[in-house]
Amino acid sequence: MDPTDTARPDRYWRAAEPKPSYEAVVVGGGGHGLATAYELAARHGITDVAVLEKGWLAGGNMARNTTIIRSNYLWDESAAIYEHALKLWEGLEEELGTELQFSQRGVMNLSHDVGDVRASKRRLHANRLNGIDAEWLEPDDIVEICPIVNISPDLRYPVLGATFQRRGGTARHDKVAWGYATGADRLGVDIVEHCEVTGFDLDGGRVHGVETTRGTIHAEKVALVAAGHTSALTDMVGLRLPLQSHPLQALVSVLLEPVIDTVVMSNKVHVYVSQADKGELVMGAGIDPYIGYGQRGSFHVIEHQMAAAVELFPIFAHAKLLRTWGGIVDVSPDASPILGLTPIDGLFLNCGWGTGGFKATPASGAVFAATIARDEPHPLARPYALERFTTGALIDEHGAAAVAH
Amino acid sequence: MLLIDCPWCGPRAEVEFRYGGQAHIAYPEDPAALTDQEWADFLFMRDNPKGEFHERWFHTAGCRRWFDVVRDTATYVLRPDPEHDA
Ligand SMILES: Cc1cc2nc3c(=O)[nH]c(=O)nc-3n(C[C@H](O)[C@H](O)[C@H](O)COP(=O)(O)OP(=O)(O)OC[C@H]3O[C@@H](n4cnc5c(N)ncnc54)[C@H](O)[C@@H]3O)c2cc1C
Ligand SMILES: [Zn+2]
Repeated sequence: MDPTDTARPDRYWRAAEPKPSYEAVVVGGGGHGLATAYELAARHGITDVAVLEKGWLAGGNMARNTTIIRSNYLWDESAAIYEHALKLWEGLEEELGTELQFSQRGVMNLSHDVGDVRASKRRLHANRLNGIDAEWLEPDDIVEICPIVNISPDLRYPVLGATFQRRGGTARHDKVAWGYATGADRLGVDIVEHCEVTGFDLDGGRVHGVETTRGTIHAEKVALVAAGHTSALTDMVGLRLPLQSHPLQALVSVLLEPVIDTVVMSNKVHVYVSQADKGELVMGAGIDPYIGYGQRGSFHVIEHQMAAAVELFPIFAHAKLLRTWGGIVDVSPDASPILGLTPIDGLFLNCGWGTGGFKATPASGAVFAATIARDEPHPLARPYALERFTTGALIDEHGAAAVAH
Repeated sequence: MLLIDCPWCGPRAEVEFRYGGQAHIAYPEDPAALTDQEWADFLFMRDNPKGEFHERWFHTAGCRRWFDVVRDTATYVLRPDPEHDA
């Protein structure tokens, strides 16, 4: 098959040829890039837009994640943007006119020692103060909602309780990408696959366009939304970012009858699991500690995670592994995104979502599009400016928000 | 899993080691003299190449010594760091 043949059935999007010039180009056709393009067209009247994707649409982290959606983050800045996202998720199927299998099945974060319990309750109270739904569950309440969790006190890390966000859940990630792509396409956005950005047209501290494997494209606004590959792009313009790219893995089991109808996560023993509607157990593992761009992860990371999973859910010992895969996530020092303007006029940045950006997709698109359209940060994006690493106003979500996902 | 060649113990499995990030980042000689920008650069800015990278490893479960290697972050091939300064 010719890799540049991107023809798709009509019910998706046009396979656009890149034009020589656009008002804005979005680099990266993952969920965040597509949501940005959709929002530019739908909310800001900027329809002369191209999304440039080096591979195929949603071939990056977007369709590799474990689809967990929640907004129970600790810090006010995070609560604000993730809760904005959750509210948008609640109306997204209607907005895009597409079924996304958005399912508010609840997200449970387990606590395994006294410190864990305290941190979880602190987060729960912080959530309530921010108007975000949060409940505390004792072990008996946990098994009422999810009977397969092992609450035996004999575990090395016994289950002492959990926070529960009922409005949290999952959505079909590939459908979310296609929904945004179809919506953006309908509004006139060109979605250009197999088009890698290889350079920038810079002049006097201002960007005028990009070089690509399919020619030069002029644009006075260039938005980088390239997740794990962002540093490779910013290296081309001499902009140093506090980002490290790591492989993060996930896996699915063979199809099983329904055994779990919520999402259960544990930070302490690091496992998170939900069950897809058709029956696979979807589980996430940790990141490789080192920088890596191989879209696979280390086997011992999977082993470690499986051991934790089987101890917490003894019934999983019967499950067979179907496949594992990896994505390249861009992690910042405070585990929060970098979103906003750059020292280069016309160049905008949206990255650093690391291991947990899927849940933010609608808000990421909305606030980034507003930032691009107005040439100034959207109020929800303001705390996420690159300057925070110089001012010290970090939004330290490492560990604070229970598992990073 | 990586097979990492500790300069003192020889090749061992990755699980014996702890990762230490980019190598050759010197602590500022006069920290108080740095501007906020320079301090931020020292604390937070690191290279993130798709290709060769000078990095540090700590042999946690072995000799407990630090050393540097050059690893290709795309192919994961490792070689000793010629500028080794552990
Ligand atoms: C295994 C795994 C599990 C995860 N689980 C969760 C979860 O449960 N919940 C959650 O909220 N988040 C989760 N995440 C994180 C989430 O997937 C990411 O934070 C989010 O998808 C990042 O935004 P994106 O969708 O735009 O990135 P991507 O989909 O990676 O999009 C970036 C795109 O840019 C393209 N690109 C890169 N360089 C160039 C270039 N030079 N030219 C053109 N295009 C380029 C890439 O090909 C890619 O398609 C998980 C991630 C992984 C890997
Ligand atoms: Zn050693």
